[in-house]
Parts: sequence; structure tokens; C-alpha cells
Amino acid sequence: MNKIIFSNVCKTFDGGLQVLRDISLEIKAGETRIILGQSGCGKSVLLKCLLGIMEISSGDISIDGISVKEKKRAREYLRKFSILFQGNALFDSMTILENVIFGANQVNKDKSKCLQLAEEKLLAVGLEKRVFNLYPAEISGGMQKRAALARAIAIEPEILLFDEPTSGLDPLTGGKICNLLKDTIKSLNVTALVITHDLKVAEFLADRISVLNKGNVIWTGQAAQMESCGNEFIENFYNASNAILRK
Amino acid sequence: MCEPLATLGKYTLAFLNEIGRVSLFTANGVKNCFIPPFYFKEIFHQLMVVGFYSLPIVGLTAVFAGMVLALQTYVGFTRFSAEGAVASVVVISITRELGPVFAGLMVAGRVSSSIAAEIGSMRVSEQIDALLTLRVNPFKFLVVPRIIAGSFMVPFLVLIADIIGVMGGFLVSTTLLDFSVGSYIAQTVQNMETIDVISGLIKASTFGFVVAIFGCYHGFYSDLGARGVGNATTSAVVSSCIGILVLNYFLTALFFGT
Repeated sequence: MNKIIFSNVCKTFDGGLQVLRDISLEIKAGETRIILGQSGCGKSVLLKCLLGIMEISSGDISIDGISVKEKKRAREYLRKFSILFQGNALFDSMTILENVIFGANQVNKDKSKCLQLAEEKLLAVGLEKRVFNLYPAEISGGMQKRAALARAIAIEPEILLFDEPTSGLDPLTGGKICNLLKDTIKSLNVTALVITHDLKVAEFLADRISVLNKGNVIWTGQAAQMESCGNEFIENFYNASNAILRK
Repeated sequence: MCEPLATLGKYTLAFLNEIGRVSLFTANGVKNCFIPPFYFKEIFHQLMVVGFYSLPIVGLTAVFAGMVLALQTYVGFTRFSAEGAVASVVVISITRELGPVFAGLMVAGRVSSSIAAEIGSMRVSEQIDALLTLRVNPFKFLVVPRIIAGSFMVPFLVLIADIIGVMGGFLVSTTLLDFSVGSYIAQTVQNMETIDVISGLIKASTFGFVVAIFGCYHGFYSDLGARGVGNATTSAVVSSCIGILVLNYFLTALFFGT
């Protein structure tokens, strides 16, 4: 169940810029896969192609045999996902509670159940009741991230996607969010795909890591194998990340 | 030698491409107005934003338009001793033209820009992508409520603008130009026909639709970043205003052309 397969995926923009080059990946059910790479290497484009927000130029992406190209099964395809966006993407015209209810309401039409579910999820991600009726602009980045996670899990997804889950957060809050993500993935028992450029986040969350460079997947393996994988780019990336952390 | 022609061709193709995109967007928006689910809370919110909150600016525009029209008509008509026709000119001009066009332009400036800015910001901050991943059709959630609000609320605004505009002309005529209250009202009622008001309301509904469509279109396809949203806002207002003025001619020709 919930196996994600990328088969020879290419994405070229209208101006001729090729962002993804012949990407083939297989993410097993229940696995947490990290897509690691520098800024601008095509990580977010890969995620948007997976979601069907961007059309792929060639190749295919499928989940349990349903292709992203099958427009008639688009709802069935999308129903499997939930995503935590880089900028949280909370609706700023709605309160935190309304944001989560809005998400829950797409899978459950019973309003009282949605309210109950939303409150449950918000408490589960560590938000206090006093922030439920505040607007996204009125709370901190860390709280927004938690609220966005609550909205993401309120729709009971089979696959969780995270786009740079700790970007813009201080190390302490980033660490708390990472722990929360790991607990959430474990408790929901879902397949997860995490897009990040942060090596520490990758090492902490990963079952396996795929490294993306200039639109190509250049290596896939476990975090512990990275340092000695024999690829110059990856070793440089690894050493540079660790050097920054030591400083 | 061929360069100017190539440039002309490029701009022509870009213009035709834009018309095609707007047409498809409009067709998609209208189609979704008739297909459930409907987000009634959002529709009600937009009815308030487009209608109720635009009332002060539309009212203010109408009252001064009526006052200036009465004054100018009086000054102009005195030259050939036809100043008695001021009331007729005011009521016909306001109901047929000035009410709908001024209200449309004011709503274009106030609402179209705000729609483009709001939807453009939602595009930039990935809120539209979030709607898609929550299995919500962004057309139904963002575009349909605004189309409905524009098409239904601008006629109400114009109806109020007509009354306020005629009142403005009445005030100037009776206080500054020595018209008698009774004869001015009698002349106004006598010269106003149902088609004058109806044509104005149909124009208003069309203008409201145009304002909503251009606001949503430019917001939906805004480029990323602050500059992109700024450009979308400007484009929304400019194209709404041009749309209103062009359509106004064709609708006038349709209702009153010989």
C-alpha cells in the first residue's frame, strides 16, 4: 500500500529550463524518504509534480498504480496526500481552529465531529486552546507550523509530505517540530516524503535519503552511509553541513 | 526591415493568447457557478465586501456626479433657453449612464484591486496549492463567490447611486438654481422611463461580473513575489476599467441604438 513510484520524470519549464532530469525513485509503503539537496536543485518542483500542481514533461508518477496523469482519478489520487507547506499556507482569513476545521470538513461533513477532530489535532500538536481563535498572523512561526501540521493530519492522509519543515525556525523550535513530525509519522503509520536541505533534519527523520543535484537523483541510501558514499558532491555537502554545525 | 513586423506579430499573438486565457477562465468560472458544492459563508462574505463596503464611495461619487451634472446642464442649456430640461437630463443621464459607469469604475478601483491582491497573495503563499491538496476546487472557493457577489451587488449599488445622484441634482437645482421643488420632481418622474433604470441595472450586473472576473484572473495568474502581486493589482484595475467602458458602448447601442 501507498508505494510511490517516480519513473523517468522530467520537467522542463516554458522558457526551456530543465529542472528535473530523468528521475526514477521508488518509495516503499511506510517508509520515510528524504529528498536532500541544495537550494534550487528542483526539490520543491519534484513535490509539486507529485501533487499534480505542476505537469510533468515526460515520465510518470504513480501511487498504488494510480498515475498522476489520470485526470479522472485525480480526486482519488489527491485523497491519499496531505502536505505541510514550506510557508505553512494557512488561510489568513480564517482562525487557526477554522483552518483545521476547513481541512477536516473535506473528509467529514458532520460539523460537530469536525470541530471535535480539529480540537483534538490542535491539542495533539501541542497548541494551547488560547490560540485556537487567533488568526495565523497573530501567532509565531513555530505555532503556525504546528497548526499547519494539525490541518494536514486532520484529513487523515495515507501519505504525508513535508516541504522544508524547519525552514525559518530557530534551532530549538526546529528541533521540537522535528520530534513532532517523527512522532506523527510513527503514530499515524504513514508513508512520508520530506524535502529539505538540512542534513540534521534528514539524518533525524530518514529511513532512506535520496540526494538531488541539478535535477538528478545522484545517490540513494541510508544516512549513515552518506559520509563514505564515494560521491564528491555528497561528501562536500556532508562535510560543509557538519562544518557549519561545528562553527 | 522585418523587425517591426515581427514585434507587431509577437504582440498580436500575445494579445490573442491573453484573450483566449481570459475566455477560458471566464467559461470555467461561469460553469462552476452552477455546480455544487457552494461555499455559502464565503459567498455571503463577498456580498458584504463588494456591496455593503462599497456603498460609501459609490454614494459619494453619485451625489457629486448629480450635482455637477445639474450645474453644467443649467449653464449649457441657458445659452439656448432650455434650462427647464435640467431635471430630465439629470435623471436620464444618471440612470442610463453615469450611475452604472461611475459605480462600475469605483467598484473596479476598490474591489477588483483587492480581489487581485488577495488571490495573488494566496498564490504567492501557496494557499491556492493548499486548497488543491485539501481537495477544494479553487474556482469554487475563490472565483465563484466573487462572480456572484459582483453580478448581484453592483446592480443594488447602482440603484442606490441612481437615487442619490438624482437627489444631488435636485439639491443643486432647488437650492442654487431657483427651480421649484414640485416642478422639478414632476419633471423627473415624467421623463424617467422603466427602460432607463432597467438598462442601467443590466449594465451594472455586467460591470460587476467584469470586475470580478478580471480581479480573479489577474490574481490567479499573478507572478510570484511582491512585484508580481503589485502588477496583478494594476492590471486588474486597468482591464476592469477598459472592459467597463468598452462594454458600456455596446450595451448602450444594444438598448438605445437605432
